[in-house]
Amino acid sequence: MNTAKPISVAIRHFFVEIGEMSLFAARFFKEAVKPPYEFKELLRQCYHMGNRSLSLVLVTGFIIGLVLTLQSRPTLVEFGAVSWMPDMVGISIVRELGPVITALVCAGRIASGIGAELGSMRVTEQIDAMEVSGTNPFKYLVVTRILATTLMLPLLVILGDTVALYGSALVENFKGGVSFQLYFNRVFDALGYGDLIPATIKSFFFGFAIGLVGCFKGYYSKKGTAGVGFAANTAVVFTSMLLFVIDFIAVFISDIFYEL
Amino acid sequence: MKTSTSNMAIMRKKEPREVMIHIEGLYKSFGDNHVLNGFNMKLFKGENLVVMGKSGSGKSVMIKCLVGLMKPDRGHISVMGNEITKLDREALDILRSDIGFLFQGSALYDSMTVRENLEFPMRRHGEKLGTITNTLPLVQEALESVGLAHTMNLMPEELSGGMKRRVALARTLILRPKIILYDEPTSGLDPITAKEIIELMRSIQEKYGTSSLIITHDVDCARVIAERMILLVDGVNYAEGTYEELVLSKDPKVEAFFKK
Repeated sequence: MNTAKPISVAIRHFFVEIGEMSLFAARFFKEAVKPPYEFKELLRQCYHMGNRSLSLVLVTGFIIGLVLTLQSRPTLVEFGAVSWMPDMVGISIVRELGPVITALVCAGRIASGIGAELGSMRVTEQIDAMEVSGTNPFKYLVVTRILATTLMLPLLVILGDTVALYGSALVENFKGGVSFQLYFNRVFDALGYGDLIPATIKSFFFGFAIGLVGCFKGYYSKKGTAGVGFAANTAVVFTSMLLFVIDFIAVFISDIFYEL
Repeated sequence: MKTSTSNMAIMRKKEPREVMIHIEGLYKSFGDNHVLNGFNMKLFKGENLVVMGKSGSGKSVMIKCLVGLMKPDRGHISVMGNEITKLDREALDILRSDIGFLFQGSALYDSMTVRENLEFPMRRHGEKLGTITNTLPLVQEALESVGLAHTMNLMPEELSGGMKRRVALARTLILRPKIILYDEPTSGLDPITAKEIIELMRSIQEKYGTSSLIITHDVDCARVIAERMILLVDGVNYAEGTYEELVLSKDPKVEAFFKK
C-alpha cells in the first residue's frame, strides 16, 4: 500500500490551512483598526464569553487547587518541606497550570461554540444576508469575537487562579492547620513580577488563539449541517494544539529573560 | 418566445423601459464545473422576471454574483447603471441598500428577535430613510405589510417556515429597495403557504412598484407571478418569453420542464 501520497496530501493540507489562517489573522488586524467599530456587539460578546465559561473555569480551578495540594502533600511531608507548599502551588498555578487549564477549558467551551455558531450562520446564509444588508460580517462577527476572547481570557485566568489557590488553602487549612492569611502571605511572597507578567501576556495570546481558530473554522464552514459539527470539532482540536505551541514558545521566551 | 437553439424570435412591441439590471456574458465556474457559460439578462423597471432552471443550473450562483456575494470569472453585471464587478466595498454597500434579497431559507438571524432582525439593515443604511429617532413605526409598518405585526418580539425559532419567509420579506422591504431578488421564495413551503407568499410578492410589487427577479423551479409560482421568463439550461439562457409562450413551446428541453 502506498501511504506516501496521503501523507504528503495531509502535510500539504496542513500548511495550506496554516497559510489561510495567517491571512485570516492578517485580515482581523486590518479590519479591527478600521471604523466603524462594533462596540455594542463587542460588549455583548465579552459578556457572553465570560458568562458562558465562568462557572466551568471556577469549578475546574478549584478542583485543580485541591488535587494539586492533596497529591503533593505526602511527598513534601516526607522530605520535610511541607512549609513550601504555598510557594510551590502558587508558582505552578500562576505560571503554568492556571493559564493552560483555563485556556483548554475555554477552548472546549468557547472555540467550539464560536465554530458551531458561525458555521450554522454560514450554512443558513445568515452571513450572506448580513453582507447584503451592508454590514461587514467579518467585522461584526469575527473581529468582535476575537477581541472578546482576547480580553476575557486573562480575566478568567485571574479568577481561575484565585479559586485554585483558595482550593489549595482549604486543604492546607484542614490538613495542616495553616490559616488562610498565612497561606496567602506565603503565596504572595513567593510570587514576583517575573511570574505574573509572562502568565498574563500568555493569557492574551491564548485568548486570541481561541477566538481566531473558532472564527476561522466557523466562518469558512462548508458541506452543510455536517460541516457545522466538523467546524466545532476541529476548532477544539486545532485550538488545543495551538495552545500548547504558544505555551512552549512563551515558556521558551520567558526562560531567556530569566537567564538574563 | 425565443430559444437559442431554434432562433424562434418573437418580437414584442414595447415602450422603452428603464433597465434596472443588465447581465452580459456571465461566466462562473468552480474548478471543472462550469456553472454559468455566458448568461445574459435584462430586468426592466417595475417588471417581474422569473429565471427558471433545474437544481444546479446556476440560478443561485447568478443571483449571488448579482449582489457581489460571488465574483464572476467573466462578464458584465450592471445594476441601475453601476458595474458591480468594479465597485469598491463602500459603493457596493450603498448600492445594496436599493436591492432587497429574500434568501431561500429566509436567513433570519437566530440570535435576534424579529424586531432586531428588521432593525439590522438600518444600522448601516438608516440615513437613507431620513433621520430616524424611533425605528418602531418602520418595523411595525414592514411587519404589517406582511401580516405579522404581532410577531415583533418573537425569536425566529418560534416562527413557522411560512412566517419566517414573511418576516424575511419584511426585512428586505424595510429599506424601501428598488429591486427585490427572490431566491426560491416558495421552496420548502406547503402549497397553501406558497400561494400566500406568491400573493404577498404580487401585492408588494403593486404597493411599492419594485422590480423583481425571481429565481425558482416552481412552475406554479412562475405561472402566477411572471411577466417574462428565462429558462436557464447549462449556464445559458436557453429560452425566453412569457409563461404561455414557454408552455406552448415544442422544444424538448422546454417541454420537459413544464411537463407535469
